[in-house]
Amino acid sequence: MMRKIQLPFTQTQKVRYERAIERLQSLSSTANSDASVIVTDTIPVNHEDAFLKGHGTSEVEGELLATVCGVVERVDKLVYVRTLRARYKPEVGDIVVGRIIEVAQKRWRVELNFTQDGVLMLSSMNMPDGSQRRRTSVDELNMRNIFVEHDVVCAEVRSIQHDGSLQLHARSQKYGKLEKGQLLKVDPYLVKRSKHHFHYIESLGIDLIIGCNGFIWVGEHVEVRDPVMIDDQKDDEMMISSSSTKEQSHTPLETRQNICRIGNAVRVLSNLGFTVTVEVITETVNLSNSKNVGIYDMIGSEFHVLVAENEAERRRQKRKK
Amino acid sequence: MEYVNPEGLRLDGRRFNEMRQIVAEVGVVSKADGSAVFEMGNTKVIAAVYGPREIQNKSQQKNGHALVLCEYSMAHFSTGDRRRQKNDRRSTELSLVIRQTMEACILTELLPHSQIDIFLQVLQADGGTRSACINAATLALADAGIPMRDLAVSCSAGYLNSTPLLDLNYVEDSAGGADVTVGILPKLDKVTLLQMDAKLPMETFETVFALASEGCKAIAERVREVLQENTKQLEYRRAS
Repeated sequence: MMRKIQLPFTQTQKVRYERAIERLQSLSSTANSDASVIVTDTIPVNHEDAFLKGHGTSEVEGELLATVCGVVERVDKLVYVRTLRARYKPEVGDIVVGRIIEVAQKRWRVELNFTQDGVLMLSSMNMPDGSQRRRTSVDELNMRNIFVEHDVVCAEVRSIQHDGSLQLHARSQKYGKLEKGQLLKVDPYLVKRSKHHFHYIESLGIDLIIGCNGFIWVGEHVEVRDPVMIDDQKDDEMMISSSSTKEQSHTPLETRQNICRIGNAVRVLSNLGFTVTVEVITETVNLSNSKNVGIYDMIGSEFHVLVAENEAERRRQKRKK
Repeated sequence: MEYVNPEGLRLDGRRFNEMRQIVAEVGVVSKADGSAVFEMGNTKVIAAVYGPREIQNKSQQKNGHALVLCEYSMAHFSTGDRRRQKNDRRSTELSLVIRQTMEACILTELLPHSQIDIFLQVLQADGGTRSACINAATLALADAGIPMRDLAVSCSAGYLNSTPLLDLNYVEDSAGGADVTVGILPKLDKVTLLQMDAKLPMETFETVFALASEGCKAIAERVREVLQENTKQLEYRRAS
């Protein structure tokens, strides 16, 4: 979460940090414009043209006012305010990471940093064995075999109901329970929606899932198996499963260290309020490796300053192009 | 006792229409959705907002509206003498007053089936905690990105030694004169809170009320500056 940074900066670090932040400010295109608004600011619109008022706006006595703090966005005729620090606003098809907080009748309740708990129905889950059939009351009784409370899961937003409640589904092999890793929480405005939210960092053997709701999963890489293949292999697997599960339950130390390193990179970026993308994360990890910063020292003040300087440089280069 | 000396200066050296120094900051509690510290002179309040989140007590759920809950408490060390009891009647009453004021400015109809918790803790009490709490809560709600009609701000004024006084401190507050706490919505030009704990003649009340609303407007300016600065900073840090 982007909060006031309260790190024990030395005098030089403080100066360097402030300089980096100033550079970021001067590089930003919106910092000096009037695009950012706060509650009750008037949003300038041309009243002769028809316009549509979107989220975060309200019309009072012919004036369009902002109801939240954020940045004014205009898409064709639509005028809306994009909030910065706020809870997650779901869209259908978003990939989210969440935590199961309740096993209820035919459904799991999932904490997603949304205004309500998300709902994952038993019927919108793939069966563990991959078979397609109606869910019976026996399946309902065995729901705890799939997910129990406090499990971390990955799913997709299926629909948003009229009353605002959120339905999830996990109808793919890539969704489901996440194990052997860390869950990090960042502000949802730091995550950009993109084509890919699942990332496999091959060099480190790590899976990274950047959920649209600001929950980020860093875990040991697991092979996603083709569901068709599973059907064929089922018989062989039965025989080897007993031996393979034992082997898989152990995560090597190196992988664990990599998880922590990526986790700390995400923490630093979110502390500084920088957008969290896979490129920036890997760059931060590489920076820590090249500067020989230990995993624990990554959340110290020196590395925060380094990342801020690096980000300012990165944005400057990007702008030059 | 003399609260305003012949030169027109009050006990702490202010003039009748001067406020104490305001220090405001958002984003002070890391785990909260929104948070703020608001200081007026020696009065210091910390506010934390959680939510909108799933309703914990389903029986309290209102149809199509968010539930706003507020808890006001004074730290044991906030006053000169150590305070002992925690949930006294004064706190309960203040929680209710602040809740009603904040509920009036939050667009609750946009957040159905959810609740918003506002926690207010007085760290130092030197008069005007009610106003400071409302101002801190407003900042914290705006920081949490909760849609609001307007930024509710509050300020108090009193009447001592036949002089209307803005922003009473503890000594002036406990002098026995009238204490008028006013909460307004500056943009919509509406009054959301008006409390007075003594009697005043009609004409005097009007001057005191006008003074308090002037104070509110000055505070609104400060609150807006803080939020503007914060919003800009979040945006340029994020932008890439």
